[in-house]
Amino acid sequence: MDMTLLVALPIILPLLFGAVSLTLLKNHKAQRWLAVIGTFSILLAACALMWHCQQHGIIVLEVGSWPAPFGIVLVADLLSAIMVLLAAITGVATALYSLKTVLTRFERFGYYPLLHLLLAGVNGAFLTGDIFNLYVWFEVLLVASFALLIQGGERAQMEGAIKYVTLNLLSSALFLTAIGLLYGLVGSLNMADIAQRLTQVEDQRMVTVVAMLFLIAFSIKAAAFPLFFWLPASYHTPQVAVSAIFAGLLTKVGVYALYRVFTLIFNSEVEFTHNILLWMAVLTMLTGVLGAAAQFEVRRILSFHIISQIGYMMLGLALYTPLALIGGVFYIMHHIIVKANLFLVAGLIYRLRGSFELKRLGGLYKDHPGLAVLFLIPALSLAGVPPLSGFFAKFILIKAGVEAHAWWAVGIALLVGLLTLYSMMKIWNEVFWKAVPSPAPAIPAPGGNGLLYCITGSLAAMTIAIGLFAEPIYQLAQQAATQLLNPQLYINAVLGAD
Amino acid sequence: MTTLMAILIGCLYAAAIYMMLRRSVVKLVIGLILLSNGANLLIFTAAGLQRGVPPLIDKGQQMIAGAAADPLAQALILTAIVISFGVLAFAVVLIHRACEVVQTDDMNEMKGTD
Amino acid sequence: MTSRFNMRSLILSTGATLLLPLLILFSLFLLLRGHNEPGGGFIGGLVAAAAISLKLFAEDYRAARTMLRVHPLQLVGVGLVLAAGASLPALFVGESFFTAQWWTLNLPILGSLKLSTPLIFDIGVYLGVVGSVLTVVFTLAEAEHS
Repeated sequence: MDMTLLVALPIILPLLFGAVSLTLLKNHKAQRWLAVIGTFSILLAACALMWHCQQHGIIVLEVGSWPAPFGIVLVADLLSAIMVLLAAITGVATALYSLKTVLTRFERFGYYPLLHLLLAGVNGAFLTGDIFNLYVWFEVLLVASFALLIQGGERAQMEGAIKYVTLNLLSSALFLTAIGLLYGLVGSLNMADIAQRLTQVEDQRMVTVVAMLFLIAFSIKAAAFPLFFWLPASYHTPQVAVSAIFAGLLTKVGVYALYRVFTLIFNSEVEFTHNILLWMAVLTMLTGVLGAAAQFEVRRILSFHIISQIGYMMLGLALYTPLALIGGVFYIMHHIIVKANLFLVAGLIYRLRGSFELKRLGGLYKDHPGLAVLFLIPALSLAGVPPLSGFFAKFILIKAGVEAHAWWAVGIALLVGLLTLYSMMKIWNEVFWKAVPSPAPAIPAPGGNGLLYCITGSLAAMTIAIGLFAEPIYQLAQQAATQLLNPQLYINAVLGAD
Repeated sequence: MTTLMAILIGCLYAAAIYMMLRRSVVKLVIGLILLSNGANLLIFTAAGLQRGVPPLIDKGQQMIAGAAADPLAQALILTAIVISFGVLAFAVVLIHRACEVVQTDDMNEMKGTD
Repeated sequence: MTSRFNMRSLILSTGATLLLPLLILFSLFLLLRGHNEPGGGFIGGLVAAAAISLKLFAEDYRAARTMLRVHPLQLVGVGLVLAAGASLPALFVGESFFTAQWWTLNLPILGSLKLSTPLIFDIGVYLGVVGSVLTVVFTLAEAEHS
């Protein structure tokens, strides 16, 4: 069988599984099985893709045999392969977690098909080499996320969903505008072809204008400062499994798009564009962590921390040195696993205590020491405590900042790390350490959490593994960063070396 | 013609943003519809306006002789229209449900999650 | 059913009974015509969805639901299976993913009939559009209904 098919598998598998699952709408048992088999098969495909990518370099698939600048191409370079693998891991964790936690009335409204569709959209966005196709995949994952977000139909969900839908549609319209202008400038949609032709455009100011439009569109998706308000308004409202996959993947699609576009296409006026990125990164870090300090609901604190972590990832792109990009890729790998895990732990806390409010929680350390450990591992990793994954991610970025003499960015990154630790300790003290407040809230689901412990436990193990075996992960990130810094590799792979 | 289209697109964007900044959710949806239409027109204009020259290759020829309209831009717009149709249909249902649940269409009343 | 929706008119319901099969046939015509001429799965699906919506306006929500027999989301599912499945036959003849495949059937009286994966894809689109439009319409009608 053709090796290039591997690039299509992470997209076509969830689509097929989702479609079959949708035809069996009334058969919930079959849907659950399909969710588990489907996500595991995506994981297998993602692993194979990753392996091939590392062995053979960038893999390109010309869909429908239409040659490169004319047809749609699917491209898997190392960054894409890494993102697809992480998406698959998050997908498996969420699907398994959903088996226990998702209520039957949500299953009736197509919870599992939507989960598949969301994964198809995310993987499509990671793998496509065509800028308009990227827009299409963004819309696919948005529609799936809209529907997942409002399942349940409570007041808070509706209010959050309106903000989420509006700002994301605004961002899509800006994205479309930018594509239109870009197409007017260069007459191509293939990203590699665009990158090649942009150098020949006479009016470089126009190119910068289009770059700014892309920056705004993707920053809304990535929830960067000052365009993040939809995220804390909506991410804490749906079911925990949905929150976890959103937190792990959705904003990271925006970050991925920023990485792709600002390394491959808009790399000529780095002083201007990446300087703006640097400011945004720093302010995103700071506002996110300060917002978290003012919150007293577990999921809202975690939501604000997503924003501050996005800042670190953007910092890697903004500094635009080899080491900084390595740090950025490393950070994305660490963050997706840790963040999804924290939300899953929050779900366990809710199952054991019936609340997300810090005031009404307490005494979990005494009753469930295992859960306390499972919380501490990702929480300390998020804050950057050695030897967990977050320490190395932050360390590489800060070293890159020092080398680039971006002193104030380094200072703020360190300060934000400290404040993150404060925030995590706040949750630790309130939820685990202090005594149970009286009256204790009713417990909704007392037993049968073995599977959920297993899932969070394996994600926590991955966090430790990334920390302990940082060297191979670092090398992987280094290879990915090398590809990002040499866009000619990508262009040659897609269009053929001439 | 291009200037005229540019002015029209500008008006559409301005009207869309104005509607989105109003307090009523219904006007928000109207704003979103105008915005997606504006973006479609922009693609159409940016790809170059050609009048009365369909991109058809004559029998026996291999290429189009002379200038022709750009079919790719039209394909993009068609795709974008279909997508925005689907997404906006969803948004309308959502807002209908939201108005039922929240019992108001005033955005200022929807501050529960801020 | 609320009072403002209860506007059953004899002309509309008689007209709808006559129009419904015609509209469905027309939608199939558009679907099959779409390969070389204006038409196709999307527009055909919209016409079919409009036909069923007409049933909904002429009679009521329940009549339209019973006429469809299955849940509209299941139609979307079948459509997606067909559309995604249309990408696969190319793999068995060793061509790139999603490459169009053509088969010619020689029928005794009618002559030769050309079948292809784009046709399967288009039928998938048709079902997907019918299903998703009707999901939206039914959701809104259901809210009005209760």
